[in-house]
Amino acid sequence: MTVLVNSETRVLVQGITGSQGQLHTRGCRDYGTNIVSGVTPGKGGQDFEGVPIFNTVKQAVEATGANASMIFVPPPFATDAIIEAAAVKIPLIVAITEGVPVQDMVRAVNYVKRQGVRLIGPNCPGVVTPGECKIGIMPGSIHQPGKIGVVSRSGTLTYEAVGQLSGVGLGQSTCIGIGGDPVNGTNFIDCLRMFQDDPGTEAIVMIGEIGGDAEEQAAAFVKEYVTKPIVSFIAGQTAPPGRRMGHAGAIISGGKGTAAEKMAALQDAGIHVVPTPADIGAKMVEVLKK
Amino acid sequence: MKIHEYQAKQILAKYGVTIPRGKVALTVDEAVGAAKELGTEICVVKAQIHAGGRGKGGGVKISKGLEAVRTNAEQIIGMQLVTHQTGPKGQQVKRVLVEEGMDIKKELYVSLLVDRGSQQVVMLASTEGGMDIEQVAANTPEKILKVGIDPTIGMRPYHATELAYGLEIDKINPKLIRPAAALFQGLYEAFVNEDCSLVEINPLVLTGDGRVIALDSKITIDDNALFRHKDTLDLRDLDEEDPAETEASENDLNYIRLDGSIGCMVNGAGLAMGTMDIIKACGGEPANFLDVGGGSTQERVELAFRLISSDPHVNCILINIFGGIVRCDMVAAGVVAAIKNVDLKVPVVVRLEGTNAAEAHQIVNDSGLGSRLQMADGLRDAAEKAVAAVA
Repeated sequence: MTVLVNSETRVLVQGITGSQGQLHTRGCRDYGTNIVSGVTPGKGGQDFEGVPIFNTVKQAVEATGANASMIFVPPPFATDAIIEAAAVKIPLIVAITEGVPVQDMVRAVNYVKRQGVRLIGPNCPGVVTPGECKIGIMPGSIHQPGKIGVVSRSGTLTYEAVGQLSGVGLGQSTCIGIGGDPVNGTNFIDCLRMFQDDPGTEAIVMIGEIGGDAEEQAAAFVKEYVTKPIVSFIAGQTAPPGRRMGHAGAIISGGKGTAAEKMAALQDAGIHVVPTPADIGAKMVEVLKK
Repeated sequence: MKIHEYQAKQILAKYGVTIPRGKVALTVDEAVGAAKELGTEICVVKAQIHAGGRGKGGGVKISKGLEAVRTNAEQIIGMQLVTHQTGPKGQQVKRVLVEEGMDIKKELYVSLLVDRGSQQVVMLASTEGGMDIEQVAANTPEKILKVGIDPTIGMRPYHATELAYGLEIDKINPKLIRPAAALFQGLYEAFVNEDCSLVEINPLVLTGDGRVIALDSKITIDDNALFRHKDTLDLRDLDEEDPAETEASENDLNYIRLDGSIGCMVNGAGLAMGTMDIIKACGGEPANFLDVGGGSTQERVELAFRLISSDPHVNCILINIFGGIVRCDMVAAGVVAAIKNVDLKVPVVVRLEGTNAAEAHQIVNDSGLGSRLQMADGLRDAAEKAVAAVA
């Protein structure tokens, strides 16, 4: 068992003919992902290295039965790409694009939720179930199939954690990069629930960072719902305050947002919080021995 | 992107928000001229810098008569204004805003932002205007009113009216409910149309002559949306930015200067913060945050070296690249060439994860740079080597 994606997942790539789209379509295909179609308006009828291209998502889904979409469309058009995929109810939409205006995401996320589909991202590395399906830009080679679920707000820090887990012989059930933007489709709680409910996941790594109060919310959820062990790291213990958020931002979370507060909340929920990102793998080994 | 108070007010005025009459001045004579034009007995001279807390730092002066305007403008223009947001060096004041004084009956607070939790635009308001709003939120959270706005229907007139009554504006002057509600609506239109990430009016004032006025205004624009606001880009003030940070942003690098001695060059923001954290945990202090992004080419590495070493406190540079797709041997070759090109004086510790790591080690060993370039195995080893290099 895994969450979100597996060997049955049929992936459509929106923005398949752009440079990023091409590069990562190849990367995912070489990993073994079943890429069934691509969309670039105006290039319908052509193909990208054998993958048929369509003008619209609707056509692509009807012709190829895609049940997941990976989006590389540039920021000015990314919101429309997300909404187009949600309109035809593709169950899983993974938006890799970085730099989407936050108010666009407010509108898009609202629509996605009403359509009852799942959006991961934007500004995220994607989702991978090792050995079965990779939708995203993460290096496939560092992953191993196994029983650790990984969820993270950060891209390369996820690779660091996965590299350590694989290095100590702990494979991963599924790794989900939820992205670093303030408004995104899927949060920690969604992923923690999926991992808790997944019989193939034995333990969880959760990587957070400063800003907002998603980690505090996750800690409260863990207390009431999650029984599997969790190892966590919060990036930004040494980050200077006030570089991105004005006063009004601090109000809404009641002054929350520092690494210290997040670490305290996670510890209070029984989560194993490590002080540095170099300790994630070793800590998980220790936790699983108990 | 932050903008100045006077720029924020010009934007808000386009949306029907009432702002004080006033004029920007670059010189003392211009300031006096502006006051003369206003013709009010009392004028306020306000330093225009991006940081908050200007009043406490001596950057806002109420001036009675033109001589007082002259004296205060002389003091403020050119001063190094230090506030809790500028750091100890302060920020030089290049211009002042001269505004009409007014008879203030009540100070209120109102702001708009995107709330991550509810994933909506939220309008916040409080009867405790002019105060440090974080303190109000912490000590008396019941005094903060909050209205979440559904993006499919936008801000409705009832939202605005509800807020106006919530702020008990009718108790000061019932005639002000309507103009206050209209002002709230204008703020929301500005927030959405201009792609703001923050609009904050503190204080919003009710005056004795029956006006509702945005006495102070702060606007932050969402950087990600600047592509569709070309005019707004002209409002950027490079004097307010660290030159190294500006150069970095122009080259798609994200650089923030800190106080330590170990320069950091990392791919990815999360890993960059994590690298700073482990340096600290190993007993060192990071000199900067720097995300070099995906393409760790020789040119970008060189630019990053120049930025980091422009900080005289840097005694060692730690490079942490977790590639995967990136080939380590190519990054290593780029680092070696960049060190030689830039004639870097401080030692470099490099940690590379990805393909062709063995070849990368060979390139570093053959570089002839000796102890000036060390290869690390893993994140902790890298941090320990960097801390040892500055000890």
